[in-house]
Amino acid sequence: MYDGERIRPAYEQVMDWVRRTPAEQLALKKAEAEALFRRIGITFAVYGEGGDTERLIPFDMMPRVFTEAEWRRLERGVKQRSRALNAFLYDVYHRSEIVRAGKIPADLVYRNEAYEAAVVGISPPGGVYSHIVGIDLVRTGPDEFFVLEDNCRTPSGVSYMLENREIMMRMFPELFRTSRIAPVDDYPDRLRRTLASVAPGKCEGEPVTVLLSPGSFNSAYYEHSFLADQMGIEIVEGQDLFVQGDFVYMRTTEGPKRVDVIYRRIDDSFLDPLCFRPDSMLGVPGLMNVYRSGGVTICSAPGAGVADDKAVYTYVPDMIRFYLGEEPILKNVQTWKCSDPGDLKYVLENLGELVVKEVHGSGGYGMLVGPKSTREQIAAYAERIKADPADFIAQPTLALSTCPTFVDDGLAPRHVDLRPFCLVGKEVHLCPGGLTRVAMREGSLVVNSSQGGGVKDTWVLAD
Amino acid sequence: MLSRTAENLYWLARYMERADTMARLLEVGYRMALMPSAGAGYRNEWASLIAAAGSSEGFEAKFGDEFRQRDVETWLFYDRENSSSVLSCVETARQNGRAVRTALTSEMWDALNGAYLELRELERQPRTDDLLPQLCDWTKRQSALLRGSTEGTHLQNDGYDFLNLGYHIERADNTARLLDVKYYVLLPTLDMVGGTVDTYQWTTLLRALSAFRSFHWAYGSEYSPRKISHFLILNRACPRSLLHCHDKVSFHLNRLANAYGRTTCAHERMRGALAELTDMDLDAIIDAGLHEFLTRFIHQNAALGQDVADGYLFGVQ
Repeated sequence: MYDGERIRPAYEQVMDWVRRTPAEQLALKKAEAEALFRRIGITFAVYGEGGDTERLIPFDMMPRVFTEAEWRRLERGVKQRSRALNAFLYDVYHRSEIVRAGKIPADLVYRNEAYEAAVVGISPPGGVYSHIVGIDLVRTGPDEFFVLEDNCRTPSGVSYMLENREIMMRMFPELFRTSRIAPVDDYPDRLRRTLASVAPGKCEGEPVTVLLSPGSFNSAYYEHSFLADQMGIEIVEGQDLFVQGDFVYMRTTEGPKRVDVIYRRIDDSFLDPLCFRPDSMLGVPGLMNVYRSGGVTICSAPGAGVADDKAVYTYVPDMIRFYLGEEPILKNVQTWKCSDPGDLKYVLENLGELVVKEVHGSGGYGMLVGPKSTREQIAAYAERIKADPADFIAQPTLALSTCPTFVDDGLAPRHVDLRPFCLVGKEVHLCPGGLTRVAMREGSLVVNSSQGGGVKDTWVLAD
Repeated sequence: MLSRTAENLYWLARYMERADTMARLLEVGYRMALMPSAGAGYRNEWASLIAAAGSSEGFEAKFGDEFRQRDVETWLFYDRENSSSVLSCVETARQNGRAVRTALTSEMWDALNGAYLELRELERQPRTDDLLPQLCDWTKRQSALLRGSTEGTHLQNDGYDFLNLGYHIERADNTARLLDVKYYVLLPTLDMVGGTVDTYQWTTLLRALSAFRSFHWAYGSEYSPRKISHFLILNRACPRSLLHCHDKVSFHLNRLANAYGRTTCAHERMRGALAELTDMDLDAIIDAGLHEFLTRFIHQNAALGQDVADGYLFGVQ
């Protein structure tokens, strides 16, 4: 939010409000917000930590604010990227022009763990593979945004975007009266329409859409049930669905009911035990056969993960040029691929300044933040890289923008990133807002909720 | 409605009702323990409670056969190893609710989640001897809160019917068990019937069912085991009587039949059971043996629950 020493204009109104509000009242509001979250049950389980499986994500009352002009540019960039990623997915499961043209190495695509040979040649409705694209961005200057990573499978966090807004509106109505903040609450309806727009050709009448969840023990279950509720669709588990003939049905108290679109929040490998993991209890036997014959649409399409791999990421600007003939609006962070001997040498020599990530990792696990690590940690990590260089990429630590955040002793700058949610169906739509994640520890660059990061409301101010 | 959703609603209601009954059982025990011991009868009041809760085996395996008050409290309220303890019931009810949150109104979820959160607080409180009545009151209040918010806010659709099937099938089971403890377990020898202890135990039973005043309204001021039995078995107006519960089950099954345009095996069993119960008089029940009657009722009621599950595809894999 700081532009050099000056506060960005977008924040003027909010800061004015903070100055006028006594500190005790702010503290009271903060406690009130936390009680609301706990009562509503917005929680997030952290894997591998044991203890409380339903933990709250810290919520910060101070919003992240964009002006409409800033947002418009960002919007163009995100939509452009979402289109290119979908074009890439269609291509690699069909003629693979981009590989033939030598723009991306064949191994990176075909030997990728997320590449699903089982869906080669299948054309999902509208040619769309990734219907909800979550693109993680960081800002380094007034007009400089970098993409950290793409999420083409099942990006989570949209419930926080919606609930954060609800809570902010409930607690600070005066801010919403004086600022013209673009609403985000039509997102569930847009999502429902996006999903309905890709119903299979065999669908008769109004498409029946369901959300397929691994169940209430999953860490993102709150979001699954929240979205299903907001969209007015059923939330189902694998055991609720079965295949008969050419279609998928759900078990209801009135007998079987046909399902046209499955918005799945489970991984590819758990979709269908007959096709992928035979030990999966979550999936629906025979589902992939129905999918292949066009009896059901699966969102995101099986195999979509090959586009959001951290190694494929480095080629996204090339995809944009190749498929759209445009220059990328959003930049990639410079990335060294440890599979490349030259890059590997550079990375090992400069570990102290770099952020190193596992190619297939997610959630901020297993990464090394060079400037924040001890010599021992760096040495140990170097050994891991040497053992399997192709498994790692490295990026410079960016001068990330900060946003004022409530901490124990008042407001202080903390690093933030942003995940806007782009819907791709018959049309492409970007919701004016998103999930702003904030690193609650001073100086920390890791914002993942699984690593103790918090969330903020994200505002786009109308001009 | 998804069959799994119906199943979760059904069990959510059953577990909450069961938590309520466990609290009432504990209350019975607590009041009876304040009386001079009956001497004969079952080994002691606390043992009879465990028997009524249907978990003698589990209890004895863990605590032995002395049936100390503190152990019984632990077992019936706090113990996660006992799937019917208040704590287990509330957690299971909430787990069922959490799995179908979108089928609940926010007020119902609030009641359910609030109970769960408060229970975790209660669990951390140091145990004292006088805590038990508070725990019982707390539990009854939570189930009343959920029941009230269900009545006040839930759309009266098929989900409402499945919730109510759960409540009333469970409640019928629970009333039958409570009555069975009193009549069969506490005082097996007939010559003790009518003594001070006996009267006290009967009235305690009424109090535990919050039916003390209602009984006076319906039967005047004099107690007799006969009147109380009649009240709890055959009085349609008593919200905990077996006949009342089966009336309700029948009512909600019929609503489902109308909504879905089909009947199930549960409807058939219900028709038979309800006709039989309506035609009974208390003399016939006592002559044939109250315990035998109650045992048969509990089995019949369990079979009814199974028929509901089968009829609406619960748990089909």
